[in-house]
Amino acid sequence: MSEIAVRVGGQAGDGIQSIGESVARCFSRMGLHVFGLNAYQSVIRGGHVWFQARASDGRPESPGDGADILYALDRSTVDIHAAALRPGGTVVFDPEKFPLAPADLPTGISPLAVPTLEIARKYTSQSILQNGGGIGATAFLAGIPLELLHQVLTDSFGSKAGPVVDWNVGASADGYHFAEAHAGRNVRALSPHGAPKLLMTGNQAIALGAAAAGCKFLSQYPMTPATSIMHWMAAHSTSLGVVVKQAEDELAAIHMAIGASFAGVRSMTATSGGGFSLMVEALGMAGMTETPVVVVESQRSGPSTGLPTKTEQGDLNLMLGAGQGEFPRAILAPATPAEAYRAMIDAFRLAEEWQTPILVASDLHLSENYMTVDRTEIDLDVPVPSLFQVPSNGSAYLRYQFTDSGVSPRAIPGQPGLQFVAGSDEHDERGHLISDVRAGIPRWISERQRMMDKRMKKLAGIAASAPGPVFEGPVDAPLTFVAWGSTVGAVRDAMTELASGGRTTNLLRFPTVYPLDGAKVLAAFARTRNTLLVEGNYSGQFGRLLRAETGIYLPNRLLKYDGEPFLPHEIVARALEVM
Amino acid sequence: MTGSSAATPSAGIGTPLPTVGKSDTKPTWCPGCGDFGVVAAVEMALKRLRIPSHDVVVVSGIGCSSNLPHFLSSYGFHGIHGRSLPVAEGIRWANHGLTVLGTGGDGDGFGIGAGHFVHAMRRNVDLTYVTMDNQIYGLTTGQASPTSTMGQKTKSTPNGVIENPIDPIALALASGATYVARGFSGDVKHLTDLVANGIQHKGFAFVDVFSPCVTYNKINTFDFFRQRVYKLESAGHDPADLVAAWQRSLEWGDKIPIGLFYRVDRPTYEELEEVLSAGPLAFQPAGLHGKDALLDEFV
Repeated sequence: MSEIAVRVGGQAGDGIQSIGESVARCFSRMGLHVFGLNAYQSVIRGGHVWFQARASDGRPESPGDGADILYALDRSTVDIHAAALRPGGTVVFDPEKFPLAPADLPTGISPLAVPTLEIARKYTSQSILQNGGGIGATAFLAGIPLELLHQVLTDSFGSKAGPVVDWNVGASADGYHFAEAHAGRNVRALSPHGAPKLLMTGNQAIALGAAAAGCKFLSQYPMTPATSIMHWMAAHSTSLGVVVKQAEDELAAIHMAIGASFAGVRSMTATSGGGFSLMVEALGMAGMTETPVVVVESQRSGPSTGLPTKTEQGDLNLMLGAGQGEFPRAILAPATPAEAYRAMIDAFRLAEEWQTPILVASDLHLSENYMTVDRTEIDLDVPVPSLFQVPSNGSAYLRYQFTDSGVSPRAIPGQPGLQFVAGSDEHDERGHLISDVRAGIPRWISERQRMMDKRMKKLAGIAASAPGPVFEGPVDAPLTFVAWGSTVGAVRDAMTELASGGRTTNLLRFPTVYPLDGAKVLAAFARTRNTLLVEGNYSGQFGRLLRAETGIYLPNRLLKYDGEPFLPHEIVARALEVM
Repeated sequence: MTGSSAATPSAGIGTPLPTVGKSDTKPTWCPGCGDFGVVAAVEMALKRLRIPSHDVVVVSGIGCSSNLPHFLSSYGFHGIHGRSLPVAEGIRWANHGLTVLGTGGDGDGFGIGAGHFVHAMRRNVDLTYVTMDNQIYGLTTGQASPTSTMGQKTKSTPNGVIENPIDPIALALASGATYVARGFSGDVKHLTDLVANGIQHKGFAFVDVFSPCVTYNKINTFDFFRQRVYKLESAGHDPADLVAAWQRSLEWGDKIPIGLFYRVDRPTYEELEEVLSAGPLAFQPAGLHGKDALLDEFV
């Protein structure tokens, strides 16, 4: 597997994400697989932001362990990132902005002074056009064909036609030719590698998966890193016929979704840990009224407001325990955009099948970073059966009828003869309360217990129909990584790196974090020799869950809670310690 | 939104379908509770409008009055404290062929649910919200509510309430409700008119009802209101006049107005939401079959 990584850094407001995304898209159109990391801070202007596009003829699933080209829009970008450059690397900068001598850089790294501001002045007085010359020079070094860069830039401006597109095309050509005249391509530059890939963020994949699963209603309150789910869905609301409601708060967001689901549309909400904390009571109401709802919880560093723009897997305990009392739920934890797309389809299927809330655990690392997906991995042809499945016959209808599976026939308001009241109080098979004048009366004491049994028995059914633990890699490896969610990506990259050094490892991952099918999990662990739990939180929350559910204790751990994503070399180093 | 049988494709056309009546559950309110008058008025209003019971959803939160959906033969959603309105809004957006009512108390609507109350009104969602305002927390056995009178002694305020009460009518006018009325459960006929007209009104209809708690509020009793209420309809009030409505909303003391304060026609949220112009969301096609061109944006 060959790879090249391009970084661009500067201040918020400099257009860093836009440059980075364009470079990433050039690579994905070359048919390369890409991991695009968008690192930013909770400021709108200033500070330090950076983007890295890591492209490969293999399949990178993490930011990787180094970069080859750094386009620095300010001096502090050089100070922060020069050490990450691999031998043969180049720093693209404009000497009109700050001086940079070869001696300022690590051995083997060269500066390339590109007159980006001077180039920009040929076209306009707007200094933002300096990015044109910069991206042109960067593209040359990275092996991106100039025509491809121009296509990507033109497409990215889209309907904003006019001189700005021509200026960018002109400036980027000038920068490209300048670099061609003054430097060689990077030694790691890659050639086109087949059909263009799809480049998407986890949140785009989540929204796309929801729409494919038949979601017609999304209510949400803005909160990083879940917000762009709403952005994508809102942009496609009219064309796809999905109602998108920005609610007054997360309390309203989840209640609107539950109300819409009750009235017959597949519905969802999305938030991060803070907003999810506000949704906790409603989650129990969905469980009690047996109303399907899908909730995406995209975690960020906590506790409290924490680090709003940094990642963590610290909300697993919260998701497991959210809500007073006990009710069935599931927590799905995709690792990549391709998996997130399918996880949403599974989530809507499970919510519908089991009439209970289903959580999809994402995190900032998955939600906001970019990965490529092969077009064949996205199957839009998902069955979306009608929700009106109970015949309107007017006979005695029991909304909460006791059944073997715990699932009762669900009528939808508007159907004649099937009227019922969905109650968040304990109720009987009709939906009539047993919380007031019947509470504590012997017949209704046993009815309450049967109703709890009915709801809770769905958990076994969910465990059987949700995706179980997955082994990846050679069966007899001396070390098995155990991971869930976006951490899986860095583990896969670490496994590749270990394999290239002759070390065999495998991975046991959990696309469904809860409920765990005990027998399946025990059988999986029976095949392991030594394990390493890799989790993005302080206390090893999944390790605790695993021990509680199965008695299996994983003593070797790599836990990270500094806000940053796992990097392959960190996992490799810890693996070598325990092997 | 009256008489609609378009809430489901399976609803028969021209077939007389049962309208809303009492359910087989008897109310569990204290004898003499004001809420009996309210459930009677809601039932009569729905009957008068001949809306089939399967096309009606009554949504409530928690509190004595929030048990109301159980006593009617329509669909109901009895959710958690303070959250009836966002559930009701979600129901409307999923199927705007349904007639949706929110019912609840003053604690539910103006205390824990105050944020949702304000936002539902500014959106002009086409639903009817009936509050049984008894100025006390009844189900939790008598604490001060957001509408309790200054100085009123309750279990939580033994030395008297030291906060100004919320004025639900003024709040509704300020929040953009397009139908703002106040009723009294001691006058069920008048209340029935207010509720029926509210259901017929296209937009957010708010009906605040003086619905005395006979157990925990010894100040705001049936007698208290009987001696004070007068009808705006008989006082020459023009419900199209917002300034006059404001002035009337501030009246409290020996004379307290009931009736329709304000009514205006404004587009509803459902009318302005472009997606809903294709019909109720619940019956629109779902999924992405054949929409492969959608993936081009990711190339």
